[in-house]
This record gives sequence, C-alpha cells and structure tokens, in this order.
Amino acid sequence: MKPFAYVRAHSPAEAVQEYAARPGARFLAGGTNLIDLMKLGVESAQTLIDVSRLPLDRVESGPGGALRIGAAVRNSDLAAHPAVRERYPVLSQALLAGASGQLRNVATTAGNLMQRTRCLYFQDPGKPCNKRLPGSGCPAIEGVHRDLAVLGHSEACVATHPSDMAVALAALGATVHLLGPDGERALPVADFHRLPGERPERDTELRPGELITAVELPPPMGPSLYRKARDRASYAFALASVAAVLDVRDGVVHDVGLAFGGLAHRPWRAGAAETVLLGAPATPAAFAQAADAELVHARPLRDNAFKVQLARNLAVDVLSALAARAAGAAA
Amino acid sequence: MAGKGARAGSTRQRAHPEAPPRAEHRSAVTLRVNGEERTLTLDHRTTVLDTLREHLGLFGTKKGCDHGQCGSCTVLIDGRRANSCLLLAVAQDGARITTVEGLAAPGPGGETLHPVQQAFLDHDALQCGYCTPGQICSAVGMLGELAAGHPSLVTAPGSRPGLTAEEIRERMSGNLCRCGAYAHIVAAVQDAGRAPGDAAGRPDGDPRHLQDGATP
Amino acid sequence: MNARGANGRDADGRGTNARGTDGRGTNGGPAGARAASDPLGAPTARRDGRAKVTGAARYAAEHTPPGCLWARSVGAGIARGRITAVHREDALSVPGVTAVLAHDNAPRLLPGADPTLWVLQDNRVPHRGWPVALVVAESPEAAREGAAALHIDYAEEPHDVLLTARHPELYTPETANGGHPGVRERGDFGAAHAASAVRVDGTYKVTGLHNHPMEPHASTAYWEDGMLVAHDSNQGSTDVRNDLAALFGLAEDQVAVINEYVGGGFGSKGTTRPVVVLAAMAARHTGRPVKLALPRRHLPAVTGHRAPTLQRVRLGADAQGRIAALEHEAITQTSTVKEFVEQAAVPARVMYTSPHSVTIHRVVALDVPTPSWMRAPGEAPGMYALESAMDELAVAVGADPIELRLRNDTEREPDTGRPFSSRHLAECLREGARRFGWRADDREPAVRREGNLLIGTGVAAATYPVYFMPSHATATAAPDGTFTVAVNAADIGTGARTVLAQIAASALRTSPDRVRLDLGDSRLPAAPVAGGSSGTASWGSAVHKACTELTERLEEHDGLLPPEGMSVGADTVQEATAPSPYARHAFGATFAEVTVDTVTGEVRVRRLLGVYAAGRILNPVTARSQFIGAMTMGLGMALSEGSTMDPRFGDYAERDLASYHVPVNADLPSIEAHWIDEADEHLNPMGSKGIGEIGIVGTAAAIGNAVHHATGLRLRELPLTPDRLLRDLALAGLLPVAVPA
Ligand SMILES: Cc1cc2nc3c(=O)[nH]c(=O)nc-3n(C[C@H](O)[C@H](O)[C@H](O)COP(=O)(O)OP(=O)(O)OC[C@H]3O[C@@H](n4cnc5c(N)ncnc54)[C@H](O)[C@@H]3O)c2cc1C
Ligand code: SF4
Ligand code: FES
Ligand code: FES
Repeated sequence: MKPFAYVRAHSPAEAVQEYAARPGARFLAGGTNLIDLMKLGVESAQTLIDVSRLPLDRVESGPGGALRIGAAVRNSDLAAHPAVRERYPVLSQALLAGASGQLRNVATTAGNLMQRTRCLYFQDPGKPCNKRLPGSGCPAIEGVHRDLAVLGHSEACVATHPSDMAVALAALGATVHLLGPDGERALPVADFHRLPGERPERDTELRPGELITAVELPPPMGPSLYRKARDRASYAFALASVAAVLDVRDGVVHDVGLAFGGLAHRPWRAGAAETVLLGAPATPAAFAQAADAELVHARPLRDNAFKVQLARNLAVDVLSALAARAAGAAA
Repeated sequence: MAGKGARAGSTRQRAHPEAPPRAEHRSAVTLRVNGEERTLTLDHRTTVLDTLREHLGLFGTKKGCDHGQCGSCTVLIDGRRANSCLLLAVAQDGARITTVEGLAAPGPGGETLHPVQQAFLDHDALQCGYCTPGQICSAVGMLGELAAGHPSLVTAPGSRPGLTAEEIRERMSGNLCRCGAYAHIVAAVQDAGRAPGDAAGRPDGDPRHLQDGATP
Repeated sequence: MNARGANGRDADGRGTNARGTDGRGTNGGPAGARAASDPLGAPTARRDGRAKVTGAARYAAEHTPPGCLWARSVGAGIARGRITAVHREDALSVPGVTAVLAHDNAPRLLPGADPTLWVLQDNRVPHRGWPVALVVAESPEAAREGAAALHIDYAEEPHDVLLTARHPELYTPETANGGHPGVRERGDFGAAHAASAVRVDGTYKVTGLHNHPMEPHASTAYWEDGMLVAHDSNQGSTDVRNDLAALFGLAEDQVAVINEYVGGGFGSKGTTRPVVVLAAMAARHTGRPVKLALPRRHLPAVTGHRAPTLQRVRLGADAQGRIAALEHEAITQTSTVKEFVEQAAVPARVMYTSPHSVTIHRVVALDVPTPSWMRAPGEAPGMYALESAMDELAVAVGADPIELRLRNDTEREPDTGRPFSSRHLAECLREGARRFGWRADDREPAVRREGNLLIGTGVAAATYPVYFMPSHATATAAPDGTFTVAVNAADIGTGARTVLAQIAASALRTSPDRVRLDLGDSRLPAAPVAGGSSGTASWGSAVHKACTELTERLEEHDGLLPPEGMSVGADTVQEATAPSPYARHAFGATFAEVTVDTVTGEVRVRRLLGVYAAGRILNPVTARSQFIGAMTMGLGMALSEGSTMDPRFGDYAERDLASYHVPVNADLPSIEAHWIDEADEHLNPMGSKGIGEIGIVGTAAAIGNAVHHATGLRLRELPLTPDRLLRDLALAGLLPVAVPA
C-alpha cells in the first residue's frame, strides 16, 4: 500500500468536487472492503475522500410509502430500522445474513453495493486476473471456481458479486441515486451492476467521480423473504441466495420480485421467472417452472453446477414459504 | 484518569523513530482511548489496530488476520463493536475507543473486572487467550445491541430478541476461536448479560466508567 | 477390564454449561486413595485466565524493544524454479525501508537443521510461497509497501503439485511421522479377505487442512552482547533454541527463546518455523531488534499443514461383522524439501481385532508446501476412513454400529500383541450411547424428516497414543513456605501452567497457590515440545519427580531454610525411554446428530457428544475445554474446512479465514465432553494420558456416519459441503417434496 492523502468530506458536493480535483482519488466509507483490498495490493488510492460521515446517514420515509436510505447508513442500523424490519423484511434479513455484527456496524449502504468480488484470484496480485489487471487472463475458468458464476459470465470473467444486501434491493426494485460532476442521476439497482462482458474491470455503471447518495425503495409490494446457503452457519459469503417479494391474491401471483445472489457478476433479477409467475397459481409447481425459466440460461463451470440446483431449490422454497404465509393470512 | 493513562501503556510507549511520511500522507489524530485523550501524528495507512499495538503499546487488542475475517481485533468505537484492523486511525479522529484494557473498572482496592471478563473466567471460556480480548469486547458491544433491541438473523420477524443461546451464537459468530471455546463463551455471555448492573453499559456498549459524563 | 472403568462412572455429570467450579469423582488415580484435598484432579481455574481476559498477557509480537524494526516476508511467486535476480531498488526507495534480505545477502546459516529452515540461503524455489525475501522497515506500513515493491525474477520450471492415487512417483516410505513403520503386515490379508462372508471396500478422501491458530506465527528477535534473544510463538522453546543455536553456530546458552504466551498452535508451532530464523537474520543484518508477524495468508505455505490423503480401507468379516481381514492404504504427499508422511494407516494397527492385516503408507514428493503436524496427525484422517468403513460394515451386516465395534474389541494391540495398559473403548461407547440417547432400533437411513430436513445420528470411535518424552524440571522451596517450580513447558492454551502447578502442589503436599510455576523460556530446565498430547505427561513427570524429591529432602531437613531456599533438579530421561510392555493409548467415542437440508445441501450439527477414557483427568476444567475444543476442530474437518491445491499455481487456494472456513460459534448448538474415570498404573506418576488431540479423532467420521443415517448417502469425501451434498441428494431423489423435478 502506497501512502495517500486523506480528506474528510462534509457535504456530498464537496466530496464530488474533491474527487474531481484529485487524481487517483477514491471514496472511503466504512473501509471494510476498500482497506482490505488496499492491504492486499488489489486497490490503491492517492487520496482517500472519507464519505463515511456525510449527512447521508438517515433512513427517511418518502412520498407514497417509499423509503430513502442514505448512502452512509450503517448496515446494522439499516437492518434494525423499524420501517425496514416491518415493511421490507427481506432487506433486513439479507443484511443480517451478511458478514458479522462488528462488520455490519461499520459497513455502509453504498460500500456494500460497491464491494468487489471474492474471487480468490482477484484477491491475489501475484496471479493474473482480467478484473484486476485487464488483459492478463482469467485463471478461474479452469481453476478454483466452485463459488463463481453460472449466469451471465463471459470468457473474460466468471466472478460473482458477493453482496447479500444488493440481492434484496434487486428484488425490491430499488433505485440508486448518484451525484456526479454532471449532476444527479438515478439507476435501477438491477442495472447498477454490470455483467463482465469484455470489460470485467468495471463492476458497475458508476461513472468516475460519481458518489452514491442514497438508495430508494418503492412502497413494498408484499411480504418478502431472504434465504442464503453457505458453507458454515454464519460469517460466510453466499454460495447462492434468493430474495423474493410476493403478492398473492386469491391463490394467484399478482406481483412478484425475485432475485438471485451468488450466481452472477451482479445480483440477478430473475425477469424471466417473474414473467412466468405473473398471473400463475401460487404453487410449488409454478415456482419450479418459473425458476427453470430463469435457470435454463445457466452455463455452469466444471465445479459449480450445484448452484443451478441450489438456486432452483431456494427459489421454490422461499416462494412457497411466502405463498403459504399468504394463504395463512387469507384463511 | 491519570492512573488509567499510565496503565494504558505509557511504559511501553516508544518514540516512533521512523522516517515520517510526507506531510500530505500523515495527520495529527486524536483518539480517546480508554478514557484518555491521545494525540499522535500518524501515517494515514495506520489502522486503529496498529495504532493501539505499535504506537500506544496496547497489545490487548489482537491481530489474527488483519482483514476483518476473525474478530480478534474487535474494539468498541464510540460504544459500538468494530474490527479495528480495517479502520484507518485518521478516519476515527475524535472517536472514543475502548479496548480490553479499558473494560475493568478502576477502584481503590484494585480494578474490578467487567462482568463479561469475570464470566469468561468463571466459565473457562478461553484457552490460548488470543481470541479472548476480541470475544470480550464483541460480547460487550453485542449485549448493548441486544439491549437496544437490534435484531439478528435468528430473531423472529417483528419480535424483540432475547438473551438466548441461539441469539448469542449468531451474534458472536464474527469472532473465531480456533481453540473451540464457543460453548463456554456462550455460557459466559449469557451469564454476564443476565448479571444485575447490566454488563452492557447502556446506551451503548462502553462500560459505565468510560461513558461520557462518567466521573472517573 | 478394570472394574471401576467398567462401571462407566464419569468424571462429572456436566456438559456445555459446566462452570469451572464443579466436577466430582476425579479422585483416585493409580495410587488409589488420595487425600480429598489433593489439588491433582481438582477443578482448578486457569492460572493465566486473568492475564488473558484483561489483555495483560503478552504474545510474541507484543514486545517492541527500543529501536525495533518491522519485517515483512515475501513468498516465492512460482511453484518451482530458481531466482535469477532480486531487484531491490524500488523496495529500498520506499521511505522507511532499511533493508531487503534475500539469498544473495542474508546471513549464512549452518547446515544440519530442518531443511524448511534453510531460508534465504540459495536461489532454489521448491514451492510457491517459500520465503524468498524479507523487507525490513521503520514501520509496519513501510514494510508492507516495501514488500509489494520488491521485484524478483525467476527461471520457472514445470511443476507437479497434484496428488493422485496413480501418481507414478508414489513410494512406500521407511517410516511415517512418529517413527511408525511405513508398512505392517500380519497373516494373509488376501486369502482371508477372499474367504470373508462380508466385504467392505471404501476409498476416502480428505483435503489439505490448515492449523490456523488464531495467533499467526511471529517472532521479535534481537542480538545483545553476542546473544540471540527471541520472543517466538512456538510449542517448545527448548527445541527452537537448539535449532537456532545450530543454524547460527552458537552455544545453546547464547540463545534465549521466550514463549510465555502462545496463541494456539495445533502442531503448526511444534517445530521451529522460518519466522524466527528470518527475524534473527534480519536483526543480525540490521543490528536492531526486528519484529516479524506472518501475514495470515502466508501460513499455509510456511507453517505446515495436514497433507491431503486418499485412503482405501478394505474389510473382510464374518456374517456377524467380526473382522478377519483389514487393509488400510494411505496415500499422501510431501514436499521436495523434506519428507513428512501423515501416518493415517497407523490407527488401524491399534483399533480392532484383525488377524490378517496390511497397513501401508504411500507418498509422493510434490512441488508443494511441506506438510507437518496438525492436531492428531495420522489419527484424525486415518480414523475418519477406518470409522467410516466400520459404519459401512455395520450397515453391510445389519448390526448396530456400537454393537459392531464391541464385537471387534480386543484386549491386545493387534499389531504388537502387547496387552493394553488400559482400554475402555467399550465403556466409552456404552456411556456415550446412554448419555446421547442412542437408539439401536432406529438405524434405517433416510427416514427421519422434519420438513425439508433429514435427521441422522452417527457414532465413531477415537484413539490416540500415549507419548512420554524426557524432560527436566527444578523445584525450589523458599524459607517463607512457598515454592518455585521451573520447567520449560509451553502453555499454548492447554492449561499446562495450571495443571503443572497442581502436579507440583500435589507432590509438595501444599496448595497450588503456594507454587509459582515458571515456563515458556528456554533458559529454564530443558523440556520437550507441547505435542503429541504428551506435554502433561512429560513435563509433569519431571515436575512430580523434582517435587517428590524436594518433599523428601525437606522432611529430612532440620531448622530454617537458607535464604536461597532448597532446590532439587530432576530429569526423566530414564523413565521416558524405558520400553513399556504395554500398548498405551487413550480411547473414546463420539456421537453426532445432524440435519441435512434438502433445499440447500447444508449439513449442520445439532449435537456433538464425546466420551473419553484418557487416564486420570488432572483438571476437569481445562480438560473439558481441551476435549470440546478438539471436537470443534473435528466438526470443521467434517463440514467446512478444506483447501484446494491449485494445479496451475501450486498453492492452496483458500489461504485466508474468509475462504478457509473454520467453525464459528453458530456451528455448535450443543457440544458435550465426558470421561470415564480410568485408573492405569502403567503410564506415569499422575496416571494421565494425553487429552489434547483425541477430541478431533472420530468426530469427522461420527458426523459423516450421521449424514449417512440421515440420507443414506455415503460421501467418502470431506468436507461435507453443500455442493457435494446437493449433487448426491439429487441423484438419490431426496430433494424436497415441494420441488418437483
Ligand atoms: C470477512 C468479511 C465477510 C463478509 N461477509 C459478507 C457477506 O456475507 N455478505 C455481504 O454482503 N458482505 C459481506 N462482507 C462485505 C461487506 O458487506 C462489505 O465490505 C461492506 O458492505 C462494504 O462497505 P463499506 O462501507 O465498508 O465500504 P468501503 O470499503 O468503504 O468501500 C467499498 C467501495 O465502495 C466505494 N464507495 C463507498 N462509498 C461510496 C459512495 N457513497 N459512492 C460511491 N462509491 C462509494 C469505495 O470507494 C470502495 O470502492 C464481508 C466482509 C468481510 C471483510
Ligand atoms: S473470474 Fe473475474 S475476478 Fe476472477 S480471476 Fe477471472 S477475471 Fe479475475
Ligand atoms: S485481525 Fe481484524 S478481524 Fe482479524
Ligand atoms: S482461546 Fe485460543 S483462539 Fe480462542
């Protein structure tokens, strides 16, 4: 790690200005991913612009029942927020399924979205990796890749995005709010992360110097649930996960949001599955059919075909649980 | 506070003779460590963990992985538990930091162990002791979170979490113990959490004698 | 069989919630009646507990002598070849970097010691991660930056890192670890196996495993008046002192190695590691104290590990499951630096009646990191295979697995024909079954469902040999009625400090709080490593001897003691090297209840229970912690720990604690250890067997057997991660009912 300058920003505008003014600048939030990677020599910065104490630390109810989450809200505070627990349980659960109590106390909304893949080659500067060093190759394709992608990967990169929170946000149809040198803009969270294609070095659609200011949730469309499978009972990244929001009326799927984690370079919003489900009976058979409609596109690597089965099982399980709950409530 | 400060490692403190980094790469940082204000000029790269250990001689906080993967370095930052190995000291300027050395309450007849420390002894909740300070600080912070009603993954939706073994296990999972003292750690934390005079000095995890407004 | 043991009286009736203040029934060692107030066997709180819970305990990297420098080691970036150039300029231009040591400028070492310590001496790279340079700087940050800025050129050679059962260079070693013969044969396995009514043939696979003590290996070293002083994290500082003296050409009294507190080792700190050698070299090179703490990611390449094993077990038995023929073949790897052979086939020489037997090791030297001791080397992987095969045999003959083991119990060690000094395996199995609520009438696999969970229970036996090594100790009586006992033991978390004080107090007929116990410094009386679960027996015998003699001398002494007190030294070279007519082993039984989630393939342990017969338990508080701690590591071995040799790069892929999954608190809902009160006069004056390792033995098999009971699936490969389970659950049609195919 090379020495760097440090600036604490006091307003989002100042953060963006500082970034523009300083070559090699990076935003620092909780630091739980950035400092980790800087120690490994994977990331570097000439200036760290500390955005962790910006006045973006509030969770506010918006018009029409929406919820606006500040970029600097700590993961633990967000998970414990009464509005989130009550109205968006999938988000609270996803956050609580990630990392550890002490990491969540530090990690922020924006940092969580921006965290980088846990691909073991990416984390080892002694080895090639297209994401870290474009053009150097992707040893994971033939190498150790049990934890890597089955959907949407490319010849250049088969990494997965590790966030749990982002999977819930994708299912909820959240929007990411950005402030850049050219002003504000917003992106649906499902489009925020990229697929690797030929440019795996780019994880997201964030433009250089853009600051995430908030994540906005639309009013909840129904009951929701998160489920994650992992190698040990806690403090481990997902092998695969599912976030689902399901609105069942009279036994029929009225609305649904479904997203997979651990399968792709981005949280995978399961559009094909959702299409199958809309108007379908809320039954395990329909859920399985929907999952298949999404997973038929899976292209597993040598050692990760289990993820397709796992994702299918998780989707059916989570949707069935939500449907059962709806049936129970209706009865 | 003076006695506390002396204990906080001044005997071990060393004049840091290193070639200082260039001015734009270092800052004066003030941390309130275990009740005592410490101002140091630090390389921006210096973590809170290395500040405690290598600059302040407070070796109670351990380095097990240096990457947020083990919990050995857990301290309380403004009363909340955090992995000090991933925090830059410069970014914590002005923060209140409580380490394992600051948990016991000073008293005229010697210090009184924090209830969590005492419970760890009572339950033999340690072996090699290397994860222990992190476990203890984590437990103190965790009891504060629990008391504040923060949920964990095992908390039933909509309910208030209790001091159950299941809750403790999940919440303490950010602290690895390779010696495998988990079962005893759970028993110790449960005991300490039940102790009258609440082990988690509310409103946050800092022990009572270190909270703002506490009279030393 | 001993009557007391046969009653299966356990030492204390408590499980996980035991506080350090109870524990009945541990009185009565080999000497029979002991005073009720005998400190030996009494539940005694850990002596260093307060220092550890207050943060006062100082570990190796927690000393910063004036002028101290920080070092960072650099591992080879190739799997095999030679260093052709070390480009230091960039590293040396990093502000604060004071030196870069490599093979071209590092102090020379004398040959002779462990070849893994032969670092920075030549340009050869035997495996990826082998230490090739050391950057020394005025701050940890500068050392890290300097290490990243160091450029090394290599001439790469093709490497060979993959263990296969058909590797052309597999050979049978003369001996495996522990000096066990590479091969043993009795009777005519082939004929007996062919003639057997029931045959079982299984191949079991255990991946590479890493010790990962929570304190990474570290040393702070300095030279003072020609003397080398090192605070070093190790399991035996006498041995480290001797190695350093040999490497640097010093007399033994010119080296002091201090290991007062050690943050775990589990075997990885049982031999001298390059860390202390590098720190000492750098301190000599720079003329200043140097502190080197190994980054966590370096541990797998530099500090030993459990090598992967491919094991084939073939059993031939009669219709009742009595074994006639047993073959255990263990295939493993070592490095090109040094031969280390995991003695996985050895427990099959001890466990069961087996008139016709072949136990054989085969090993290949690959371009991989050098394996070494990891908690219960040999027994841990070997008993996973053997005890899984026993479960398969139980299924094959339709016997309850406990009953099957009882049918194969033996009074003599099959391999040597020697009688056991004590063997209470049967009692452990019965007592465990009772406590666990074992149901012999519920052995049908894959029939217990709770929603999407399949439930199963499993059992396995455990064993671990009794080792006893020579040690020295001194005991001194002071005029004020207190005592000081000195022995260079290491307390790596076992409770040695506490137990040795109890042993001393018992022999001195005083209370432990009148005994000061000094350990963890090579200037103390020489003592062996904390390894092979032998520490308490080895050090304790010397302490016992010194204290007993001191007691006698005090009885003869008239009048006041002189101001310097009265001292007695003892060594146990004779006792420890005297051959025993007995086969001496501890035994145990582990029980597990698991759930297998058919949605996710996740296996979780609901309950883990062990019952051990390990001689006299000297301190139930620290003993329980040892047992459950090792069982926890066994749970990791079963479910989540494993590391993959990367064929392209030649390193273990999972080198950090985020990818190498040691168990976390949530993995252990319930864990209990109990013991049989075992009297054995053929051990040592305390009547104790080692307890530090047996807990890991058998645990993985018990869990694997429980998974079979839950699902009917026999995976034969660890760890039992969701990817493996899901694949087999799908093949077996065991996915959740709610998921139509
Ligand atoms: C051992 C371990 C286990 C973990 N397990 C899990 C897990 O199971 N599930 C999971 O989801 N996560 C897990 N995590 C990851 C953790 O959630 C992330 O590290 C954390 O969320 C990152 O947040 P941060 O605020 O610390 O980000 P930082 O590290 O500060 O920043 C991360 C990135 O975000 C950028 N950034 C930060 N703020 C902004 C902003 N406002 N605008 C634009 N860019 C910004 C930074 O420049 C940087 O590139 C784990 C981490 C560790 C160390
Ligand atoms: S999968 Fe992506 S991140 Fe991993 S090595 Fe390949 S290019 Fe790098
Ligand atoms: S040292 Fe900070 S989490 Fe391991
Ligand atoms: S006590 Fe040794 S790691 Fe926890």
